[in-house]
Amino acid sequence: MPNMSLKKVPMPEQNPEARTRNFLEVALGYTGEMAKEEAQRCLNCKHKPCMQGCPVNVNIPGFIEAVAAGDFEKAYHIIKNTNSLPAICGRVCPQETQCEKFCVRGIKGESVGIGRLERFVADWYMSNREQKKGSIARNGRKVAVVGSGPAGLTCAGDLAKMGYEVTIFEAFHTPGGVLMYGIPEFRLPKALVQKEIDYLKQLGVEIKTNMVIGKVLSLNDLMNEGYEAIFIGTGAGLPNFMGIPGENLNGVYSANEFLTRVNLMKAYKFPETDTPVKVGRNVAVVGGGNVAMDAARCAKRLGAENVYIIYRRSEAEMPARLEEVHHAKEEGIIFKLLSNPVRIIGTDDGWVKGIECIEMELGEPDSSGRRRPVPKAGTEHVIDVETVIIAIGQSPNPLISSTTPDLKTNKWGCIVIDENTCATSKEGVFAGGDAVTGAATVILAMGAGKKAAVAIDNYLKAKPNKIKAAE
Amino acid sequence: MFQIVRKEILNPSIKLMEIEAPYVARKAEPGQFIILRVDEDGERIPLTIADFDRDKGTVTIIFQEVGKTTKLLGSLNEGESILDFVGPLGKPSHLDGVKSAAVIGGGLGTAIAYPQAKKLHSLGARVDSVIGFRNKDLIILEEEMSKVSNRLFVTTDDGSNGTKGFVTDILKRLLEEGNRYDVVIAIGPLVMMKAVSNLTREYGIKTIVSMNPVMIDGTGMCGGCRVTVGGNVKFACVDGPDFDGHQVDFDEAMRRQLMYRNEEKISLEEHECRLRGEKYA
Repeated sequence: MPNMSLKKVPMPEQNPEARTRNFLEVALGYTGEMAKEEAQRCLNCKHKPCMQGCPVNVNIPGFIEAVAAGDFEKAYHIIKNTNSLPAICGRVCPQETQCEKFCVRGIKGESVGIGRLERFVADWYMSNREQKKGSIARNGRKVAVVGSGPAGLTCAGDLAKMGYEVTIFEAFHTPGGVLMYGIPEFRLPKALVQKEIDYLKQLGVEIKTNMVIGKVLSLNDLMNEGYEAIFIGTGAGLPNFMGIPGENLNGVYSANEFLTRVNLMKAYKFPETDTPVKVGRNVAVVGGGNVAMDAARCAKRLGAENVYIIYRRSEAEMPARLEEVHHAKEEGIIFKLLSNPVRIIGTDDGWVKGIECIEMELGEPDSSGRRRPVPKAGTEHVIDVETVIIAIGQSPNPLISSTTPDLKTNKWGCIVIDENTCATSKEGVFAGGDAVTGAATVILAMGAGKKAAVAIDNYLKAKPNKIKAAE
Repeated sequence: MFQIVRKEILNPSIKLMEIEAPYVARKAEPGQFIILRVDEDGERIPLTIADFDRDKGTVTIIFQEVGKTTKLLGSLNEGESILDFVGPLGKPSHLDGVKSAAVIGGGLGTAIAYPQAKKLHSLGARVDSVIGFRNKDLIILEEEMSKVSNRLFVTTDDGSNGTKGFVTDILKRLLEEGNRYDVVIAIGPLVMMKAVSNLTREYGIKTIVSMNPVMIDGTGMCGGCRVTVGGNVKFACVDGPDFDGHQVDFDEAMRRQLMYRNEEKISLEEHECRLRGEKYA
């Protein structure tokens, strides 16, 4: 008999008061008992509606059934069959717009906590079992993966399991991409990302850090070094600014810079670590996505008293995950909705002292289908802040495309690929993730990495094997 | 890890290190820079490439010990290693087609001006170089610069080497004497590059400056290195570091350079406490 509770088993969390003074993970995870209880809410629908919402096709009812039966190891293998990074997805996927959106239990009451269960299973396995790699027959064919974020890690892992010799090239000194520099410790512990990376190394994937492809090696150089195929998963690393007066004042950050200082460079431990970050008593974060929530919550933890989210539409249009908005509110982040900055005001010596905003109202829907925000004349007002963080989105980084003339990009700088084969305009070069779509989610990038791995396998199988031919 | 194969002390605060970095050496060009991190908790700092040797697979950096990271770096010896060393970053200088140039180096900037003068000289350009220092004990690369310059002028703020004045005084004299250049390349403190740019503007001589703002990744990702050039926002790491000196907003760049002044002080004090075996309070 299923558990007919209308609500999910609540997730144990650090209380908001305590957690705004540390960088430890906010959500603490289910116990085995909680997981079984939640899993029993699943009706195990025959037509598996939840699966249509999953970009990597996890057999959701299958793994939940195993959890309900207390067979966590089996549950893990079911997930891992199609999702190589479950501990990460369980934490950062926007489940409410994916799997959980289609859950039948969500029609009346809350959907099954699929993400929470996925997280539980992955964590349980990590602390109770050794990740086994099995023995993989190597085929001796080299593939290069550029970028070690979710797309690159997934693609590399899948290719390694197929027997390819995979080398990942990462520009930063640490692999992980946005999982390391972007998403904060309190939402995605870095030790966990490191475990996934270590697992890839066990699979035989080589990771070369400090390698800025497009600068130190071109794509042609890589091919000359014997890589028969290349996957580009370089993400959307170029921060957008608003183009309003005052953006170059001291105290204005892109969210990328702010989060990189805090997460990758561990500025929250300064001066124990060497990289500082400036956080005023009052901080304005411009934008309404997950990145904006992350930046705001970091600023709060770094000691800011008042942290404002300034967003030009209403809460309904906010692209951030519901849980992030909820957590941000619990932590005392102040939401200034239907408000748009018009300029940043500085002191005589060039430091931020305020941000002038104008109130907005929603007009007719725009091309994105969301109602277009329109300024209300005469509503300009100034909020006193010493720090401004711009989190209005990122574009793909042009480093590779600008040094590879035969790699086609569209007008937004996104790499153009064939939807079916993930192939770019350049022979042997494939791409996926934010570098192709513009800023999106971890799981979509993983889905793209997975698809590309299959495409690369097909491409190389159809291509004469240079090494074999030489023998 | 990147090994230090040679270390030289150029003056009391400026050191040279030749680093084994074959991939970087293979692609490096004058005007480009690297980013390094000394150790695990270290910050990433950009340093312009002072020289490179493709055959040996080495890249030379020259740095002034001003803060914690540069002091820590300077304390390392030949045979020891740096944790991270990434590059070449930024755009190479465009030196092709230049027939005559004045290369101006201020203090440490001389180390960055040197590869430019060297390249211009190898391309057959006529090179007048002007390098300036606070006093004669701080003079660096005089011999190297003279080898790649048709004329070399060395000046000191206090006149202790026999020539008193700023690099702009010498350049002004050269221009007044009727010398003309296709380009003036000015590399040094912001205030010096601003002064040179103001001077050459009067003469309508194209002037290239090399910006070295605070940055983290060096690949266009953080935007911390924003510089206003001709009213447009540029990222020094990917759009530069060379820019048209007549278009750069130097006053803004000077303000931005002070952003972490307090933190730099704290970091250095903490480092020095640790060296003395004391606890930083």
